[in-house]
Amino acid sequence: MGNVFVICEIEEGKVADVSLELLTKGRSLANDLNCKLEAVALGHQIKGIEKQVYPYGVDILHVGDDERLEVYTTLPYTSIIVELFKQEKPEICLLGASTLGRDLGPRVSSALQSGLTADCTSLEIGDHTDKKAGKDYKNLLYQIRPAFGGNIVATIINPDCRPQMATVREGVMKMEVLSETHKGRIKNIDVNKVLKPEDLLVKVIERHMEKSKVNIKNSSIIIAGGYGMGSKEGFNQLYQLADVLSAEVGASRAAVDAGFAEHERQIGQTGVTVRPKLYIACGISGQIQHTAGMEESSMVIAVNNDSNAPINKIADYVINGDVNDIVPKLIKLYKKNTK
Amino acid sequence: MGFKIIVLAKQVPDTRNVGKDAMKADGTVNRAALPAIFNPEDLNALEQALRLKDRYPGSEVTILTMGPGRAADVIREGLYRGADKGYLLTDRAFAGSDTLATSYAISCAIKKIKDFDLIIAGRQAIDGDTAQVGPQVAEKLNLPQVTYAEEILSMKEGIVAEDDKYGVPHAKLAEELDLKINGTLEIKRRLERGVETVVTPFPCVITVNASAPNCRPRNAKAVMKYKHARTVTEIQDQSEDYLDLTLDRPYLKIEEWSVSDIETDTKWLGLSGSPTKVKKIENVVFQAKESKRISNDEAELEELIVELIDNHTIG
Repeated sequence: MGNVFVICEIEEGKVADVSLELLTKGRSLANDLNCKLEAVALGHQIKGIEKQVYPYGVDILHVGDDERLEVYTTLPYTSIIVELFKQEKPEICLLGASTLGRDLGPRVSSALQSGLTADCTSLEIGDHTDKKAGKDYKNLLYQIRPAFGGNIVATIINPDCRPQMATVREGVMKMEVLSETHKGRIKNIDVNKVLKPEDLLVKVIERHMEKSKVNIKNSSIIIAGGYGMGSKEGFNQLYQLADVLSAEVGASRAAVDAGFAEHERQIGQTGVTVRPKLYIACGISGQIQHTAGMEESSMVIAVNNDSNAPINKIADYVINGDVNDIVPKLIKLYKKNTK
Repeated sequence: MGFKIIVLAKQVPDTRNVGKDAMKADGTVNRAALPAIFNPEDLNALEQALRLKDRYPGSEVTILTMGPGRAADVIREGLYRGADKGYLLTDRAFAGSDTLATSYAISCAIKKIKDFDLIIAGRQAIDGDTAQVGPQVAEKLNLPQVTYAEEILSMKEGIVAEDDKYGVPHAKLAEELDLKINGTLEIKRRLERGVETVVTPFPCVITVNASAPNCRPRNAKAVMKYKHARTVTEIQDQSEDYLDLTLDRPYLKIEEWSVSDIETDTKWLGLSGSPTKVKKIENVVFQAKESKRISNDEAELEELIVELIDNHTIG
């Protein structure tokens, strides 16, 4: 049987959080399957990259270091990974559900005619019986993801094709160091042998990357606003509450679509998943698309004037009333009691 | 002159507006309550195609959709907004297709259309949110892909010379590798932490983000012109006194293709061509838990704040 592979994303010499989260998950899947965890790192001048990934339990790291791989483009990355997978025959391949993983994953899966499940929220090992064909399958990857706008949760399997491929969004899996002293070994990829001139048809001529300013994923208190904030001005009050509570501001998709907040603040199925100790949902009705990204919060306070809002069902406290009236009161009362 | 552009569009249930009536009492989805719409990002894709048509007169925009018969609505909607013609790919043999089998069927239809410069699709459809069909169609057709596009900056005909500022030796490559290269596109991509500009030869496949400009509305003249556009099945389903206008006005005919109209290997279609299988579907049901209700009363709010400070949740 093949091993579990994780494709690592590298930005300016640093392995992305989503890749480290997948290595953590990959390690636990490899333990379940009693196989090795392998990782792939492609880039330019990435010597020493192994130090960043070994602590997460990587046994073998495939490194492709070449000028032509410095900036991600679809075709050379696809060629190298397809070639590598033809040799190594992985059992499972995990990628970040990032713009890179969602560009590369489908291309690779099509070239290998293997199944890919996008945006999984949970990955487990389990068995399957195909009653029609009378076939039993052991140790398949259950790829669990919301579908139909988050109203259903589907378990997807790839019974016959390998690798079983899945993408996972940043922040969905937990990141955990296995051991600071864990060591793997490097296998170098012969990039020159794989790349062909036609792999280099697409060129990146300009690039502006920004460091993410918003850090809602790691914030222990999140004040989230929805469409019920009414306006951008109404929404902006949440920054004041966040300020006094040392919290970060999040938003529902409806609030982002309405232009109240930028996309990097979006929480839920098409945004980030958060697990803060306190989540204050202001003017958020709580469609499943949203609650999927925050239901693991330790405590939820819902502020809204709809006593039937779905968010109230998962809230520990429901404050009933006009958000524009309650938010300033909360700021005032907090200041009063912490003096 | 101009360019030949194919827009891939999908008819989807409107999962964004899941109102109270869209959930049944048992917590399952009431699909009948969800209207069928033009997938939103496919409209962004259509707008990019129409802008190219505005910029390069003589260009032609063709809608290609795969789905049940009623998906012809998507083609009519495209015609109303400025597209020139459409193809509906419909057959029971496609039922149960995952993204790979879907991409295979679409790529076979595109091979039959044959003459094209560019394929544009939305990044993803709201019923699945996979973003896989665009790249997989590109791979099946062995074409370059540019995903997460926000704007097509330019489309230039002809092969770029080796000493071009982009340094892409298309001319030499095209000759050496016998590649079909009609010209070069410059595209702005919107990534999660920034933007980049890429240069790609075409024919190629582009997928467009929701951050791209919205699609223009229906054009009244186009609505008048195309309101009787029909597929052959729609014409057959009409009562006998229905006046078939497509005979006099061929532009009203929406091409309808089944498996027998395109060249395929049927083992790659439908369920048999789908490596992924759905093992289980669970409907998401909210589990109510005891929540404490607090009114908008200063004393009650203060009690909560003090409680949260005391148990170190805040402060």
